[in-house]
Amino acid sequence: MTDTGYNYAYLDEQTKRMIRRAILKAVAVPGYQVPFAGREMPLPYGWGTGGIQVTAAIIGQDDTLKVIDQGADDTTNAVSIRRFFARTAAVKTTEKTVEATVIQTRHRIPETPLTENQIMVYQVPIPEPLRWMEPRETETRKMHALQEYGVMHVKLYEDIARFGHIATTYDYPVMVNDRYLMAPSPIPKFDNPKLNNSPALQLFGAGREKRIYAVPPYTPVKSLDFTDHPFEVQRWDDCCALCGATDSFLDEVITDDKGGRMYVCSDSDYCGDRRAAGHVGPQGVDADAYQRATAAE
Amino acid sequence: MTNQTNAPRPAVSVRDLEKTFVLHTQGGARLPVFAGLTLDVFPGECVALHGPSGAGKSTLLRSLYANYKPGSGQVLVRHGDSTVDMVSATPHQILAVRRHTMGYVSQFLRVIPRVSTLDIVAEPLITLGTAPEEARARARALLTRLRIAERLWSLAPATFSGGEQQRVNIARGFSVPYPVLLLDEPTASLDAANRATVLELITEAKQRGAAVIGIFHDADARAAVADRLFDVLPVPSQAA
Amino acid sequence: MTMIPQTPLLRVEGLTHYYGSRLGCRDVSFDLYPGEVLGIVGESGSGKSTLLSCLSARQDPSSGRVLYQSRHDGEIDLYRVSEPRRRLLMRTEWGIVHQNPRDGLRMTVSAGANIGERLMAVGARHYGDIRDQAIDWLGRVEISDDRTDDLPRTFSGGMQQRLQIARNLVTQPRLIFMDEPTGGLDVSVQARLLDLLRGLVSSLGLSVIIVTHDLAVARLLAHRLMVMKEGQVVETGLTDQVLDDPHHPYTQLLVSSVLQV
Repeated sequence: MTDTGYNYAYLDEQTKRMIRRAILKAVAVPGYQVPFAGREMPLPYGWGTGGIQVTAAIIGQDDTLKVIDQGADDTTNAVSIRRFFARTAAVKTTEKTVEATVIQTRHRIPETPLTENQIMVYQVPIPEPLRWMEPRETETRKMHALQEYGVMHVKLYEDIARFGHIATTYDYPVMVNDRYLMAPSPIPKFDNPKLNNSPALQLFGAGREKRIYAVPPYTPVKSLDFTDHPFEVQRWDDCCALCGATDSFLDEVITDDKGGRMYVCSDSDYCGDRRAAGHVGPQGVDADAYQRATAAE
Repeated sequence: MTNQTNAPRPAVSVRDLEKTFVLHTQGGARLPVFAGLTLDVFPGECVALHGPSGAGKSTLLRSLYANYKPGSGQVLVRHGDSTVDMVSATPHQILAVRRHTMGYVSQFLRVIPRVSTLDIVAEPLITLGTAPEEARARARALLTRLRIAERLWSLAPATFSGGEQQRVNIARGFSVPYPVLLLDEPTASLDAANRATVLELITEAKQRGAAVIGIFHDADARAAVADRLFDVLPVPSQAA
Repeated sequence: MTMIPQTPLLRVEGLTHYYGSRLGCRDVSFDLYPGEVLGIVGESGSGKSTLLSCLSARQDPSSGRVLYQSRHDGEIDLYRVSEPRRRLLMRTEWGIVHQNPRDGLRMTVSAGANIGERLMAVGARHYGDIRDQAIDWLGRVEISDDRTDDLPRTFSGGMQQRLQIARNLVTQPRLIFMDEPTGGLDVSVQARLLDLLRGLVSSLGLSVIIVTHDLAVARLLAHRLMVMKEGQVVETGLTDQVLDDPHHPYTQLLVSSVLQV
């Protein structure tokens, strides 16, 4: 049941149509930032206002929504947004990647491979990858129009000069469809390869900057690099302490005041699935024990 | 062009040259220097400009070099296979004549900060396309002949004495075997030994066929190298 | 012997610019040949900088043409070709040295990256090569290689200016525009910079258009001079002609106003 007093999915129909038009244009020109008339949302900028508007414009009652924040489904922001759409759009929500049709995310792409039936919605704080080098919007637009992207490599050059390798670890710039330079939102560069040739439609919404851009299914997305310093993703010496995964993005968790720490999957759903399937990490407990423990809480 | 006889052609031919300075900062005062001046100088001869101080000898020399712009007339210079009128030539033609054909030794060296003595002397040859090492070898030979101590070669001549600067200037002027040489008091402020060397250089230039036009205040020097004199007389000041 | 000058690199015809009803520069025409250094002199407000902006594709003139003989595509009419073409030209065949290094450098990235940027902008993607070239050019402008990773703001004014020159020259341009490159520098620093510029201009065969109000700088660097007053060219000629035998009243005033040291 939806809350009365609001239109379906909170935004009025005209606004949703306006946003859909922007999305269509974004899909037609992969990587290009389409301006849109962003609305005030009942949450502050920086909490996902761009992503929520995109989700509101595309969601329908048949959809199943998953929201993650830093990979986890159970953080405040993720829970609030899921609840918001449950109330205003009467959609089913889930924490399971495989069940979701729309996944709104901040900072991660799920480890479970996406499918053609899914849409990723990214919350974007700063959509302009060139902003770091060029403060003028008129100039950055011209640079995109003329494909003058050499300056983006200056940032990578500085990394190598200073640290001996490309030290940029998140929001790592990519070229979309060999044409537009794009900020992939603050996902770790670990997730950049998942952007490439993905079967899912990927939409990016920036609420404060009022920009929407997209990567349509099966679009080439290439991370910038130098021929003698090729793009590389992060690797960890440890595996996930709970599920033993060695192929997932790991968060470092401080466990005490004495320097104790553990590494666990940032994707909580992926980690849970693996443990349910019987994988156990060095500090993990088996699935039955885990379920008993969580049920008792 | 029409005449293909063996009669020698002048290297420099001055026709009806006129020069007047107009000083706008002094109420537009007009200072006529010379008018109707005509002079031919042939390869291998040295013509000394002669006349009292202030008569316009230096002005004439500078006009030949197109450093000053005459009001009317022609300065025809044989430049390779062509003839260039320095009065009406384009800047590029003038620079080409100066690079290849016409050398000018002024009274004072224009010092360029931080450029070494050796490079100052070698520069005209290098500009002509001579290999830098060859140009520097020629520069070393000239500096040695003109008795510039070797320890000074790597220094910029800003701090040199007047006589030393003048000798560097002469070395630079004689580095390229120009077909035409303009010399403004080349022997002034030189001691006897160096004066003799400069006169030798002039004589050698004449022997290789250079046309030399010079101002020599020193009568002995003039007598030693000049084949003839050309009188430059002050224009009678016009009654106001 | 090369008697006949080659084709001009730059041909300027009747260049005029008005800011609204106020005159910037009027009816300026000249040719610039390969390897030639043209000085534009005149006091502040005489239209020198406006002219330089119009020449260097940074200011659409009100009327007139700028024709440039490009490396591969023959003569192009600067304000008729597309903006991308013009911007490409500025990255590849042209360079601009600003009076204030802050206008020509990225102050927040290292000296090496400042030089490397022009290379990356034309497609260089090999870090090692880019860095080698950057260090080579730092050496050529007399900056030691241990400063490669320092920010330009830790450099002295003279070093910043030399870095700006290196940044411009690394892509081997053919035409450089300079706006008072020695302005605001101590004389000793000026002398070093001028000497460096003289050497680079002649060894690389660069064509240069240099705006300056300093006649000594003009004499040292320029083959030819254009004297500007109130937006118009009042006298042109070989540098030594203009300075030693000035004809126009304004040029005479300018030359006679220089203090002798």
